[in-house]
Amino acid sequence: MTGFLQNTFNGLVGGAFYALLALGLAVIFGMLRVVNFAHGAFYMLGAFGAYVLLAEAGLPFGYALFAVPLALAGIGMALERALIHRLTRLDPLYNFLLTFGLALILQDLVKWRYGVQSTPYATPPGLAGTVDFGLFTFPAYRVFVLGFAMVACLIVWLVLARTRIGVVVRAATERPDLTRALGIDVGRWITPVFGAGIALAAVAGVLAAPMRAVNPLMGADLIIVVFAVVVIGGLGSIFGSVAAAFAIGLVQAWGEAYASQWPIISQITVFVVMAAVLLWRPAGLFGREENPA
Amino acid sequence: MRWLLLAVGAGVALWLPNGLYAPVAVEMLCWALFAVAIDLLLGYTGLLSFGHAAFWGSSAYVTGLIAINLGWPFPLAVLAGALAAAGLAVPIGYLAVRRTGIYFAMVTLAFAQMVYYIANEWRSVTRGENGIQDVPRTLFGLDLSDEYYFYYAALPIVALGLFGAWRIVHSPFGRVLVAVRDNPARARALGYPVHRYKLLAFVLSAFLAGLGGGLFAMAHRFVSLDTLHWTTSGKAVIVVVLGGIGTLWGGVVGSALIVRLEDWLAFSGFEQVGLVTGGIFVVTVLLFRRGIWGTLARLRRS
Repeated sequence: MTGFLQNTFNGLVGGAFYALLALGLAVIFGMLRVVNFAHGAFYMLGAFGAYVLLAEAGLPFGYALFAVPLALAGIGMALERALIHRLTRLDPLYNFLLTFGLALILQDLVKWRYGVQSTPYATPPGLAGTVDFGLFTFPAYRVFVLGFAMVACLIVWLVLARTRIGVVVRAATERPDLTRALGIDVGRWITPVFGAGIALAAVAGVLAAPMRAVNPLMGADLIIVVFAVVVIGGLGSIFGSVAAAFAIGLVQAWGEAYASQWPIISQITVFVVMAAVLLWRPAGLFGREENPA
Repeated sequence: MRWLLLAVGAGVALWLPNGLYAPVAVEMLCWALFAVAIDLLLGYTGLLSFGHAAFWGSSAYVTGLIAINLGWPFPLAVLAGALAAAGLAVPIGYLAVRRTGIYFAMVTLAFAQMVYYIANEWRSVTRGENGIQDVPRTLFGLDLSDEYYFYYAALPIVALGLFGAWRIVHSPFGRVLVAVRDNPARARALGYPVHRYKLLAFVLSAFLAGLGGGLFAMAHRFVSLDTLHWTTSGKAVIVVVLGGIGTLWGGVVGSALIVRLEDWLAFSGFEQVGLVTGGIFVVTVLLFRRGIWGTLARLRRS
């Protein structure tokens, strides 16, 4: 029982990273119709940002957790204005390709400067111990990651559900043309929403720095899994993306724990689930069919 | 004009290893097939596959393993590899064609990554990160160890593959594919089973990519996990977009340029290839979406 609870907790922590990334992808997709291939690169930049702040400016984790997402959101918004914006009227595939190119560039820029070796990042001193849950103990840092990610998801949900901005974003996601016709300036919100999505990826990256090896390729394979997660949840559905993220995190952690002799199982589960979803509900578990062709 | 171009193209292809380092010329051939395979889907069926490394790489592995274990002559080993790639494309394509547009790209990308993970874990067959080494290159007792001669041995296979792609595009089947691309609802209303046409195009494209991948294994006499990684799929897409989507021959031009460029970068010791190819790609997508061949064709028309 203790082991099971611990594995479940690990699954939720893994799911929290997927959730932050999938949420950012879903918000950006909803507003811009762009599947941001560079999302994994921004996650990696988030982790590197934390590392650089600590190593070169001596700024601890707490600062990084807010400063790095803000800075990367700024970079993201600049890229949106300068590049992505120019292609929004074309087939969404062009922006997918554009962000793929950006991902290559960002990744290789970091490789150029810092090399390909992994850099360690110490667990923040205040979060180094363990938390005792009675039945089991758990590293305090992981508890913090899970809590922080859940709060971030909750904030995004509250903003979308309860604020004026959220109403505009949801309306523009459903029917951009109709929203414009009602006299709402949709274009004004596109860049900030892109920035917010990037900030979520950066938060995931900063949170990952003390737990996972910081290296230029850390986002490269992760983003593919996140793509599969949002296909499972339904890319148009923000709730679906987050739910699928936690579900996949759990399944992977259980697979790692109970099928450890076959590591392949936890690696490919997400793709097998995706195949099943495509057979059964091609639009994703919580998605709606787009133009039926 | 068309015959003139064809004659020039054939002339260049025959002369190539005399003007270039032969292994680079061979690499251009392999990538040309890969790019044309992607363009068959992207340009003529409207499906962007971001997972074609699954077919390129699986064919490379099958080709290499057959050559090592069974000692087949290399064209037969390559053919077997391409057939294996086509076989793998059936289930993947069956699932992927249920989605269109951007989703199709994401789904193919994800399935290819699954193939990559499986190959990575299935060490008894793929030898994991060491890769498959010392792939023999035989053709009925001829000595093909010199890359210069191997180029001429591989050229007919590539020419056949390109001719096949050209035939597909200009066949009634190819016209239906274009109809499916431009107006799927109408194509369906006219009675064409849209999913089945897409699936067949996908499998044919995987076969062509597999031909390229098998030759690639033979060219390097070595198969690594890189052949299955999504960056390989991405490079092929870059080649197609640079050459020109929906132009078929653009992929050939694009592969020649990218392979030459990467060789030059490697020679000059610059390791961040992604910085250069990514930069070229971003500029192409932003300013130059017709690609090289598309731009030239348009200039000629106007």
